Amino acid sequence: MQSAEVIIVGAGMVGSAVAYGLARAGRRVLVLDGGDGDFRAARANFGLVWVQGKGADMPAYQVLTRDSSDLWPQFAGELAEVAGVPVDYERKGGLAFCLGDRDFEARGLALHRLHNQLSAAEQDCEMLDRVALEKRLPRVEFGNNVSGASYCWRDGQVNPLRLLQAMHAGIERLGGRVLAACEVSQIERGEQGFRVATANQVFGADKVVIAAGVATKGLALQVGLDVPLRPQRGQVLVTERMAPFLPLPASGLRQTAEGTVMIGATKEEVGLDAGTTMSSAAYLADKALQVVPRLAGARLVRQWSGLRVMTPDSFPVYAQSQSHPGAFALLCHSGVTLAACHAERLAEAIDRGVLPANLEPFHHQRFSRDVRQAI
Amino acid sequence: MFVRPFDSQQKAVPVVIDGETVMAAEGEMLASVLLRTVPFYTRTTPVSESRRAPYCLMGVCFDCLAVVDGVASVQTCLVPVRAGMRVERQHGRREVPL
Amino acid sequence: MSPGPDVIILGAGPAGMAAATRLRDCGVAVTLIDEQPALGGQIWRGIETSHNGPLENALGKDYRAGAGPAAVLRASGAELRLAAQVWQIEEGWRVFVKTGDAVGMVTAPILLLASGAQERPNPFPGWTLPGVVSVGGAQIMLKTSGQVPENPVWVAGSGPLPLLYMTQLLALGGRLAGYLDTAPRENFSKALPHFPAALTGWRDLYKGARWLWQLRRTGIPVISDVAEIEAKGNDRLETIAYRRRGGEWISMPAEVLLAHEGVVPGVHFTLALGCEHDWRDDQLCFAPRLDDWGETSREGLFVAGDGAGIGGAEAARLRGEITAIGIARRLGKSSESEAARLAKSPRRELARALATRPFLDALYRPRPEIFVPAAETVVCRCEEVTAKQILDAARLGGSGPNQVKAFTRAGMGPCQGRQCGYTVSHLLARQQDKSVGDVGFFHIRPPLKPVSLGDLAALHVEESAL
Repeated sequence: MQSAEVIIVGAGMVGSAVAYGLARAGRRVLVLDGGDGDFRAARANFGLVWVQGKGADMPAYQVLTRDSSDLWPQFAGELAEVAGVPVDYERKGGLAFCLGDRDFEARGLALHRLHNQLSAAEQDCEMLDRVALEKRLPRVEFGNNVSGASYCWRDGQVNPLRLLQAMHAGIERLGGRVLAACEVSQIERGEQGFRVATANQVFGADKVVIAAGVATKGLALQVGLDVPLRPQRGQVLVTERMAPFLPLPASGLRQTAEGTVMIGATKEEVGLDAGTTMSSAAYLADKALQVVPRLAGARLVRQWSGLRVMTPDSFPVYAQSQSHPGAFALLCHSGVTLAACHAERLAEAIDRGVLPANLEPFHHQRFSRDVRQAI
Repeated sequence: MFVRPFDSQQKAVPVVIDGETVMAAEGEMLASVLLRTVPFYTRTTPVSESRRAPYCLMGVCFDCLAVVDGVASVQTCLVPVRAGMRVERQHGRREVPL
Repeated sequence: MSPGPDVIILGAGPAGMAAATRLRDCGVAVTLIDEQPALGGQIWRGIETSHNGPLENALGKDYRAGAGPAAVLRASGAELRLAAQVWQIEEGWRVFVKTGDAVGMVTAPILLLASGAQERPNPFPGWTLPGVVSVGGAQIMLKTSGQVPENPVWVAGSGPLPLLYMTQLLALGGRLAGYLDTAPRENFSKALPHFPAALTGWRDLYKGARWLWQLRRTGIPVISDVAEIEAKGNDRLETIAYRRRGGEWISMPAEVLLAHEGVVPGVHFTLALGCEHDWRDDQLCFAPRLDDWGETSREGLFVAGDGAGIGGAEAARLRGEITAIGIARRLGKSSESEAARLAKSPRRELARALATRPFLDALYRPRPEIFVPAAETVVCRCEEVTAKQILDAARLGGSGPNQVKAFTRAGMGPCQGRQCGYTVSHLLARQQDKSVGDVGFFHIRPPLKPVSLGDLAALHVEESAL
């Protein structure tokens, strides 16, 4: 039986980041990944490291996101060094375009409210009117309806596929292992730690971290964790490679280091269906052309979709099992933004075996509490 | 590189490639014309800017892309020649169109 | 909105033409879509254009045989949408098609994919250089422009197509420098057991033998058992080199190299639509799983022609016929027993047309080198990813083709993996000691043909206006 100190079930954004963090802390980690054709949000990602607009009514999430953004530069630098894989990380700030005056006002108010939610926080967002926006992006000719944008200096972008590859390479270079096509079917506690079984293999570990995306629910139940989640489909478009014209990433529109332009993303409640639809392609293209009409001639190279891992309130779940101490379930939809935090703080907490107070709000018990309050 | 040894019954029409006028048969595929026109390439790649020329001539390799009448990334192996067509070889990553 | 057709057929080659004609005979409303501006597919490319005498003669009788069916189809009342590219298909069936600057959607309860084959990806060092052209591509230029290589040309490859092309080229007064025959020598003994069965198709065998004889008679060098080739040059082909199995590298100057290693079914649409596929070890390709009538695992979606497995033009025509009979039955135009009776004769002819196939597949089975090319060979032409990069990425965790695509960008360019998909799958199969069928293929996503953001947005406006 192969064994490790920690087995991480799932080699997506969350599992890989935590595994990388644990490996860096000197733990022997084994990451068990699913099949090549599984649902994989990690391969469908938009690539934003994003802060602005996130965390309304959940200050703990707002802080987590900000902290992760602040940890990212060091995380990216170290990762590139350890893994030998550059991840095209940039932190020059990011934009959310506004269409029409009402949108601009509403955006300003929403960001203001968010700012006020944290006492004594430094301001990281500002509103740019059309003139200021044009000044900031002189090479872009905006659509008539673009009224401006919000700007947040904490925002950035990364190549999410390279990030995933770098984390895998990093885990291996630090002595851990990532095994593909090892779909876990059973997790149970034996006399010495956990037994984790696939169809034809059994692995042993002191701790088990379940970060298996939409498959987390079924596996977590086996260790007494009942985490609510649902898939939410996001479709994305990407164009052929273009000469650089968009130096800052924006919510729903970014130009990658390769030159391709990504346009995203829909939010669809369609269950476990990772298909693509023409109506979404048309909607996304129209949305992008309202911002930058000159992209009309750009060729679409690919349309894809991924399934976001959504909790009822859309915030992450980080939980340790009470019945099976040493078993953890982690799920969230912003695995790229939170990767730095997951690799640093979450990995550290799992290593200690105790989730700290600042992560307490992310226990899924919050959902049952909500229910009680509602009654 | 390639030639047409026979007079065809198709009508000869002018096509402008990177500013130079060449004669082609109306209705033949533009990629064929590019393969007999010096310097025998249609584009440079957006990755390493290496030269590429029509390879499959049936729409599956995407190496015959060029700018045709102002439209970039056109598969020239699927475009029949029309009189007065303006063609430019495509270099590297294309600009955001005007 | 006018009612849509009963059947949409994609591809106006022998299969699509035969199916459309037959369905029209049964009174079925048909829309036939093809990206070429005329009927004929690749095998009868340019058949509706009047050619001059020498070209007509050089192309031969089999080629001219396409003119009749084209004329019959033109008169059949089928709606033809030519010079039209389909970039996405949704269940229903909704077919999104671009014609010139116009985008639109055609819907029908039945969809027949008759979009044929493509040449097998044939990576070797330097295959991306200008001057390297596929034999199929060269033949298309011959058919549509009467165009030939300017100087004596080297042809490298295996299969009936290079032989046919060289015969046509010589008949047109074109000049050959030589033929690098890449079929492994051992193929011959492996093909031999299939020879008796192939005799049913003696006409095809005779044709092939005649091409070979004509080639030999010219006295041009025919170099057999070539294991590896390489193209070199700055900005364009200047030199080619080859190595016979167990031999030394030999190089010579060249301006044009025509290369070919057989054809494979075009499976992008059926893969994108989630149809079941099987790995065909005899033809080294994936093919959609079909029932006796050509229906895929998805109801109402049919495949005919070389897209169903390589069989050649005559088999494609017959598969088109049979599938059309099956579709007419589905639409209630004929009873089960009547359909079975009607299909009897084309099924018999199909068996005859396919009789030579096992022999040919074994005789021209590609050399293994094209599936596991040398480390520095560019495998993905679009994103310029080498064999080594693919193997390195796969080593990390022993990943599948989609993970390798994500990590290397192989298959992410505009050709959608048509030129690298098989190579990636083969490289992984070899590295992980699996069958290619178990490794699988890239997950195929739209668009399957180029479309611009403006085209897509136009559909959004249309939809909102409804």
